[in-house]
This record gives sequence, C-alpha cells and structure tokens, in this order.
Amino acid sequence: MTDTPLLKVSGLSKFYGSRIGCKDVCFDLWPGEVLAIVGESGSGKTTLLNCLSTRLMPTTGSVEYRMRDGNFRDLYHMSEAERRFLMRTDWGFVHQNPADGLRMTVSAGANVGERLMAVGDRHYGKIRETASDWLTRVEIGTDRIDDQPRAFSGGMRQRLQIARNLVTGPRLVFMDEPTGGLDVSVQARLLDLVRGLVNDLGLSAIVVTHDLAVARLLSHRMMVMKDGHVIEHGLTDRVLDDPREPYTQLLVSSILQV
Amino acid sequence: MTDLATYNFAYLDEQTKRMIRRAILKAIAIPGYQVPFASREMPMPYGWGTGGVQVTAAIIGPEDVLKVIDQGADDTTNAVSIRAFFQKVANVAVTTHTKDATIIQTRHRIPEHKLAEGQILVYQVPIPEPLRFLEPRETETRKMHALEEYGLMHVKLYEDIAHNGRISKTYAYPVKVAGRYVMDPSPTPKFDNPKMHRSEALQLFGAGREKRIYAVPPYTDVVSLDFEDHPFEIQTFDKPCALCGAENVYLDEVVLDDKGGRMFVCSDTDNCEDRREHGHVGAMLAPAKEAAE
Ligand SMILES: Nc1ncnc2c1ncn2[C@@H]1O[C@H](COP(=O)(O)OP(=O)(O)OP(=O)(O)O)[C@@H](O)[C@H]1O
Ligand SMILES: [Mg+2]
Ligand SMILES: [Zn+2]
Repeated sequence: MTDTPLLKVSGLSKFYGSRIGCKDVCFDLWPGEVLAIVGESGSGKTTLLNCLSTRLMPTTGSVEYRMRDGNFRDLYHMSEAERRFLMRTDWGFVHQNPADGLRMTVSAGANVGERLMAVGDRHYGKIRETASDWLTRVEIGTDRIDDQPRAFSGGMRQRLQIARNLVTGPRLVFMDEPTGGLDVSVQARLLDLVRGLVNDLGLSAIVVTHDLAVARLLSHRMMVMKDGHVIEHGLTDRVLDDPREPYTQLLVSSILQV
Repeated sequence: MTDLATYNFAYLDEQTKRMIRRAILKAIAIPGYQVPFASREMPMPYGWGTGGVQVTAAIIGPEDVLKVIDQGADDTTNAVSIRAFFQKVANVAVTTHTKDATIIQTRHRIPEHKLAEGQILVYQVPIPEPLRFLEPRETETRKMHALEEYGLMHVKLYEDIAHNGRISKTYAYPVKVAGRYVMDPSPTPKFDNPKMHRSEALQLFGAGREKRIYAVPPYTDVVSLDFEDHPFEIQTFDKPCALCGAENVYLDEVVLDDKGGRMFVCSDTDNCEDRREHGHVGAMLAPAKEAAE
C-alpha cells in the first residue's frame, strides 16, 4: 500500500425525499485494500455503494478518485463521458444478480471481450485468447466460451461477471452482495476465488454484504451501517473480535449463533 | 388518386418541407447522426418507404429527374408506385437510367453506375438504429452515440465470427461515418458499402416509422466495421451476369424452372439493360436472344 489513498470520500449523503439513504459518510480507501460495508437490510449499504460508484447521484458530499496519472478528480465534477470511461476501464461493478451485469444473450467470450472491444481492441484472435485466459482464471472451462450465460449455473454466471469486469485490469471493484443468491458451497468457492484474484491483482474493492463471514474472509477493513449512518469503522478483525458499538455487538453475536 | 391534384407541389405542404429540410441540413452537418423529425402520414403504408418519400418530397423541384428502385429494379410494385406518385404530385420527369437521374430513391441497392456530383441518393430506411439489436433502450443508444461508445457493434461482429467462423452479416452492415458516428446503411447488401465511401453524390436516409433522417455528404469517409484479423469483405460471385456478362456487380438468383434450373443476373436492371444495349452478352443470351424479355 502506498501513502496516497485511491478514493477519498467526505460528507457523502443521499436522501430519498425526506428519507435517509445514507448520511455523512467519510472514509479513505487505500490501494490494495478491501473494504466491507455491512449492516442489516435497509441500512443504506446499496445506496452508499451506488453513490460511490457514480450509479446514483448523492445529495451532498464528494468522492475523489486518484486517476492513473496520479491526480485526484471529483467524480461528480467529471463529464459523463469520462465517468463512463472510468467505469468500464479502471473500475468494475459486480452485481448481486449476474443478469444485471452480464449480457445474457451473447456468448461468454463476448461478455468477457466486450470491455476490450469498448476500449478499441480490434483483433478477434487476441480478444478471444484473452477471454479464454480469463475464463480459466475464474474456473470456467474454455469449451464454454461460445455458450451464453443463460446456460450457466448461478455460480458460473457470477464468476463470468467477475471475469468480464477484471479483463481491463481495473484498480477498483465494487461488489454488491456478490454471493447473495448462491448456495453455501458455491458461495465458499466464489469467495475463495475472489480472495485469490484480489490478492494476485492487488485490487482495491468495496464489498457490500450483510454476511459477516463474507466480510471476515474478504476484507481488511469494515464499516457497519445502521439507518444510513456509519456507526462503526475499523480493521475487520478488530470490529468482529472486539466490537465497540452495542449494535455491532448484537450483529456479531447473532451471527455467532447461526 | 384524383383528389391528390389539390395537394401542394410534391404532396407535402411548404411548412412540412421546411421542417424536413432543416432536419436534412442538420443531418448533412453531422454526417451519420440520426436527426429526429416529425414524420408525416403519407398516402402509403409504413414499410413502403414513407421516410424516403418524405425526404424526396422535401428536396425535389420541377427540374429534377427521378429514378426509383427497389431491389435494384425499376419495375417492382413499390418502385413503380412511388415513381407514379411523384409524377402525379410533382409532375417531374422520371427515368430508369442512373446517369440521367438527379434524385434516385432506393430501397435495397446503390446503383452499379458510379454516382456523380450533383446526384442525390435517397434511401428508404426501416430501422435506422445500428445499436438496437443489443440495446433496445432508446435513451441508452442515444447516449452511446453521444459518447461514441461503440464497443457493442464489435460484440455483435465477434459473435458472428465465434458462431460462423467469419463475419456472416451480409446486409445492413454497420459503417463508421467520417470517423465519428456508427450508421446502419439499412437493407443494402454489404456489397454496396464501398460505394458509399467518398461518394460524389449526396446520400440521404429517411426512416418514416422511426422518424429519423441521416446523411452522408459527398466525399465523406464511410468505413465498414471489422477486425484486423477478419477484415471487411464484400460478396463475390462465381459467374458473371447470365444476361450481360457483367462481373463485379451484385447478382440476384433467378429460378428458371422446377427442375433446379437457375441463373444469376444483375440486380441492377438498368445497368444490365444498358450493357446489353452496348453489345455485352452473357452466357444465357448467347444462344437465344429472346430470353432477354
Ligand atoms: N429508490 C429509492 N427510493 C426511496 N427510498 C429508497 C430507494 N432506495 C432505497 N431507499 C431507502 O433507503 C434506505 C436504504 O436502502 P438500501 O437499499 O441502500 O439498503 P441496503 O442496506 O442495501 O438493504 P438490503 O440489504 O435490503 O439490500 C431504505 O430505507 C430504503 O427503503
Ligand atoms: Mg442492498
Ligand atoms: Zn447483367
């Protein structure tokens, strides 16, 4: 990790009319760091993630990102073209429902290759080779390269979605409940894979989950949300082993009972 | 049809023509960009070229000479009725000869005879949006055009190669115009794509149902999308036209009998006739000249 953050978030709030989505969120994210956002349903996790990833316009606050040239840019002062370019090159977004992040009616190879083509790759053979490398990395047989994700299991779809996002070598990946709809055994395999990739690639990631086990396995740091506020924030092991807030203690103890 | 006599020259009122001309001017100023326009009801059903007819009606003058083709032929129902329509409502001269026409309205082909400066080719377009097949949301496709996000076009070509071993798309083959907008040349075969590139003629596209006009001004770059290792190629034909012997032209298959007999002849009937008048003879006509009829 370097001494400059990748993302600087300050005073970030989102209101839906008078209802609070998230309120006054501040934090820095460091290169190579995985941050988990946890909390019960309705606590504002998705709202925060979407405000960070420019999928949702915050009501107030700023999100600054360190571009590849080293300069910080306020995401909400960029042009839409720059934002969208960032999203499909330097960032990834893994949706809970793979159908939201994949093109279900084009082949796995084209799903992985799309970002490459979007940034101007024009060599079919090379695009296909890269796609097939990525399928291997996410443990999908290369004989499935021409199959549509419709023919894939939930776990495979999720792994395909991850490959599709990582192919351009992003530095920051957002994930919203990446293991949400999956069976426990499938979840475990996916988490292993994600952990391996994040380590190998030195990715920064922000992972929303209501599952503290996911946070424990993947993240270095975590933020606990309640009613739109971040009520506790610290190193994952510290928060889980020695929670300070009564609400976090409740969360942690309830998971231990499972 | 007699009550049409009470309509303005070229059927549309002057106000409507001005509106369409403004759209055309904008389209020419931004080559390949789809300009929305308030498409009018025409006395013919959608699918009969109402977009092209409105464009033609907006630009035609009493001195113009009009040619109308459908599938390369001047004598199909659609071409005949559009030609008759303009004869009636604009009293203009009509022709089947490409080189004599000042305006050519077309549905599927670009004439084989090279178009010249001063000529205008008007295309009837059913679906103007090249991104439609993978992105049905109009708001999104507009944004993609605005931000020049055309990766999807290559996704489609990638799929084609992955499943067929090559780019199998043969018509409505997407092009990039003036290095900026991706455009659907509409139902023309890809064989005609190279004719659009730096054409001396002005090319105007009208989509009636979809209410869009777009244009390629003369001498504009029109490049077919492809991959480095799967370059764009036009269709080739094994034999020349059976009637006129022309090579390097687009041919249609004609079934001759119920015993599997068939021949390939020019899709551009004017070009074929012109060649025959100049003494060119294809394999089919060499033994028996009357087969030409
Ligand atoms: N589009 C919206 N319009 C109005 N209120 C919304 C909207 N989206 C979310 N909210 C509200 O904002 C609050 C936070 O919702 P959010 O979806 O961010 O929670 P979450 O932590 O992701 O929940 P879950 O675990 O169920 O996904 C909730 O009170 C929710 O009802
Ligand atoms: Mg959520
Ligand atoms: Zn011929």
